[in-house]
Amino acid sequence: MSGVRVLVGTRKGAFVLTADGRRDRWEVSGPHFAGWEIYHVKGSPIDPNRIWASQSSSWFGQVIQRSDDGGQSWSTVGNEFAYASVPGTHQWYDGTPHPWEFARVWHLEPSIHEPDVVYAGVEDAALFRSDDAGQSWKEVPGLREHGSGPHWQPGAGGMCLHTILQHPTDPARLFIAISSAGAFRTDDAGQSWKPINRGLVSEQIPDPTAEVGHCVHRIAMHPSRPDVLFMQKHWDVMRSDDAGETWREVSGDLPTDFGFPIDVHAHEPDTIYVVPIQSDSEHFPPDGQLRVYRSRTGGGAWEALTKGLPQRDCYVNVLRDAMAVDALDSCGIYFGTTGGQVYASRDAGDTWSAIVRDLPAVLSVEVQTLP
Amino acid sequence: MIRVALPAHLRTLAKVAGEVQLEVAGAATQRSVLDALEALHPTLKGAIRDHATQQRRPFIRFFACGRDLSHESPDAPLPDAVASGQERLVILGALAGG
Repeated sequence: MSGVRVLVGTRKGAFVLTADGRRDRWEVSGPHFAGWEIYHVKGSPIDPNRIWASQSSSWFGQVIQRSDDGGQSWSTVGNEFAYASVPGTHQWYDGTPHPWEFARVWHLEPSIHEPDVVYAGVEDAALFRSDDAGQSWKEVPGLREHGSGPHWQPGAGGMCLHTILQHPTDPARLFIAISSAGAFRTDDAGQSWKPINRGLVSEQIPDPTAEVGHCVHRIAMHPSRPDVLFMQKHWDVMRSDDAGETWREVSGDLPTDFGFPIDVHAHEPDTIYVVPIQSDSEHFPPDGQLRVYRSRTGGGAWEALTKGLPQRDCYVNVLRDAMAVDALDSCGIYFGTTGGQVYASRDAGDTWSAIVRDLPAVLSVEVQTLP
Repeated sequence: MIRVALPAHLRTLAKVAGEVQLEVAGAATQRSVLDALEALHPTLKGAIRDHATQQRRPFIRFFACGRDLSHESPDAPLPDAVASGQERLVILGALAGG
């Protein structure tokens, strides 16, 4: 029987949750790398035994770990992320120029095309790539030097490159997103980049429709339809049907369109999920009720999914990298909270249960569907 | 022989138990000791000093002989008691909450 492995990054270590295809009994291993912040853990789609973890601390800096046995054992790999050219400056919170400084790796994206290739999205925002299974890292040229860099500015969590999407058949096409700069696309494997933010409206910046400066929180894509992108922005849920060339708002009847994660059902490319959050300063669900919202129409019309989720006195947040889906039938949906719970649904969101509930604050959740 | 005490997280990272013992060619300084430490345990590169600038990470401290040596030049000689192995060079994470 197939199985599922849920990779959870938290403020104080990583946890690996495993179950068979029934997804009703979960084993928890961890904490791995106890005491360290684990911003992201993700498995290779080519080799599920190969898993990457971004381990960092304010004291000891950045470490990258790699497992080649499904998380049973780990080895450190290269951890030097040197910007390829003079980093220059971006805007600081007060609008003054601030030098680019490496802080941490937010997101690791193993290639869907080559097993030894992995991308890293870092703070301060840049994209790195390793071609040797993590032993060395090189900045992907062109993005930071696109020309708009001096106008990028950090979101509350730092100026992070947090989203990396790969085109399923064209290795030269990548999408990335930065808080707060916006979304960018390359069609030449990173040599050149184009901002793809037309249609975004952000009242928090001087020109609400500027080419860059938007606080994009997350972008999701279904591999069967790579020109359709879904975005959770600081405020607004957005959709593009032309690979990011233009966007339109699909917040529809959501109770609030602020939030962090967004994801797509594994088998239904028009079924998407968000977790509405009260506001940019009130990072908790409206009315103390933790509700996932599902749209079966690619946005616009949304339904609240509440069964099994706390419906009173709940004031946790769900961060941008903390939602994922499995590929079983029916599709499983998973998300982690800043309160340390990881909730799972075996029926595409109809019902939920906590598969672990007292972890440190959850930073990221990824899922591997095992053969 | 130089004796170095690492904080728990770096002992875990380097997969060592207890103190690390090093031989240093030439004068014992922060730089020469850290060079030898990183040569013996490459996984510690970047964890104590910045990769590019080789400067001490902000929340790392160096203590020895009851003194804070963190702000001394990396090329200043370490105390004789450290150079002779009588005292340990203590590398630790600063008190910074968490």
